[in-house]
Amino acid sequence: MARSVLLRHLGLAVLGLVVVVLVLESTSAFRNAQFATMAYLGIAAGGLTVLTGLNGQLSLGHGALMAIGAYTTALLLQDQQLPLVAVLLVASAVTTLIGAVIGVAAARLHGPYIAGATLALAVAVPGVALYFNDQLGGEQGLNVFVPDVPGWFADAVYFLSAQDVSGSKYVAYVGWLSLIVTFVLLANLSRSRVGRTWRAVRDDEVAAEIAGIPLGRARVLAFVVSAACAGLGGAVMALTVRITAPSGFTLTLSLSLLTAVVLGGLGSLTGALLGAALLTFLPQLVTSLGLDVGLSDLQSAQLAPLVYGLTLALVILLAPAGIVGSVRARWRRQQERATHDYDLPTTTAPPSPARTPGDEPGGDK
Amino acid sequence: MQQLLNTLLTGLTLGMVYAAFALALVLIWRSTRIINFAQAPMAMITTYVALTVIDADYSYWVGFTAALLSGLVLGAAIERLVIRPVEGKPHINAVILTLGLFIVIHAVAALLFGSRYRSFPAPFGVRGFQVGEVNVALTGFGIFTIGSVVVVMLLLVALFRGTDLGLMMRAAAFNQEVARLLGVRVGRMFTLGWALAALVGSLSGLLIAGGSLVHPSYMDSAVVFGFVAAVLGGLDSPVGAVVGGLVLGVSLSFVSGYVGSELVALAALGILMVVLLLRPGGLFSHATPRRV
Repeated sequence: MARSVLLRHLGLAVLGLVVVVLVLESTSAFRNAQFATMAYLGIAAGGLTVLTGLNGQLSLGHGALMAIGAYTTALLLQDQQLPLVAVLLVASAVTTLIGAVIGVAAARLHGPYIAGATLALAVAVPGVALYFNDQLGGEQGLNVFVPDVPGWFADAVYFLSAQDVSGSKYVAYVGWLSLIVTFVLLANLSRSRVGRTWRAVRDDEVAAEIAGIPLGRARVLAFVVSAACAGLGGAVMALTVRITAPSGFTLTLSLSLLTAVVLGGLGSLTGALLGAALLTFLPQLVTSLGLDVGLSDLQSAQLAPLVYGLTLALVILLAPAGIVGSVRARWRRQQERATHDYDLPTTTAPPSPARTPGDEPGGDK
Repeated sequence: MQQLLNTLLTGLTLGMVYAAFALALVLIWRSTRIINFAQAPMAMITTYVALTVIDADYSYWVGFTAALLSGLVLGAAIERLVIRPVEGKPHINAVILTLGLFIVIHAVAALLFGSRYRSFPAPFGVRGFQVGEVNVALTGFGIFTIGSVVVVMLLLVALFRGTDLGLMMRAAAFNQEVARLLGVRVGRMFTLGWALAALVGSLSGLLIAGGSLVHPSYMDSAVVFGFVAAVLGGLDSPVGAVVGGLVLGVSLSFVSGYVGSELVALAALGILMVVLLLRPGGLFSHATPRRV
């Protein structure tokens, strides 16, 4: 079973890679940059959905964790000594470390503590950038030096599509490769023993503890994994935006990420990707709509958060399972009905349970 | 010495405001086990209500009353219309709802009132008193701040300790099922609790805004400070919230005065971390936490 799950995830990853190459090669440089945005939001949202969906903890500070990853990237790239992969890994590692400190303090306790602590983090981090004005560039922030496209990479892309690699396309590739690697790791983790532990802790603390699961360790681990994803997302964000400034990491960023994972469906990586797409493409759409209706520039810019907030509230009120969860539930119902109809003419016995016991325990809440 | 004294006085004044905000959080936490993160934008928007009234040439006190009343109504409406439907569902749903409200109220305020900084009047002087040669950092508005928070706290104590209504509210918060069996309208008590909390929150919004600038996110850090103060006090105890608010106010005032105002939020995070690691039940915890 385990091997087939791994193979399936790897197969999906290869398929995803093919789609990424096709899409990036057939779209303009502007769209490439948008897809890079979607990639970094997707990586961070993937980490958040694992934390919130599988382990039941809220983080309101993933934007701040992204800031830590982004600033680390900007600082490391100033020296231009490390290869890009190492920069991404170090950025992720630094964020993991800081995430661990917060996780150890807050995740040992249940309930609202982790939400409050991460909220404090979200409010505190921009101030740190302002205080260490000389190192971190204050209000203006730091410029990010994106490394040159490596020769072999340009050759490979030229071989595939006979096109040259622009800077933004390179970043988009880096972003999507990071996303695919992250998602494969997260998907495997969530189907493994660790993932089952997280779900057990989420669903019933007492039962989980009786079963011998150390609650604190499970929670801290979930938070740390999630922080690592946020750090990597922040690193890709630094490359994409090419500047890291406090204004880029407001509380709104953290809350938009939460909107993305709730809308997509808590605990579902596909949902996180859908949510990231929404965060990427919706603001422009809504802003231009607002301008058409006759609102000023500043007012139209507020429409996107308004839609996020309303989406967040409405999804929780009307469809708490999110898009992926709702679709999956409907699909399952239809299947049950189909098997039920099929059974009726032959047997009059009560319908057999359509869901087998081993069938994915609680992917949706 | 003078700076020490002034930092302390500023801290105490600020601490009273954080205490009020922490109290608002604790009131809701006790009854419904939800941290209402939307408390900050709720207080923000009621302050804008006051500003609109004052800009229409009414006195400060009309605006003040209007803000408190609109807080009361807003709190009740949000509990009844938004929070009630998810009652009995996992708590995370309700918390996510309050975050949705957080974003919505922010955006609505920015749409209605604009996102620029606007100055908010204060009913009393905002310059320190002169004692001999020394300028003491205790202002008329500071005294009003401390006084009004103390009055509100005494009123709340009187309500909870001295009236039947307070007793019913405490019963509903303590044990829903039993309270319901004894004939307490638990839903109404929760609505009232949210309304009172929003009123206290609005008061702290007005006090933070007085003599200063308001913009749609001016209360965002207050919800963090209020939360840290509430955790300091143990999240369950109104008295703890007040003491936690004062401790936090003084500590942050020292950070702001001697290190740098940019690091105030980081210091709050640090205090929260230390408290959670050393005394997870708050400074006054004596009961052992529930174990399996």
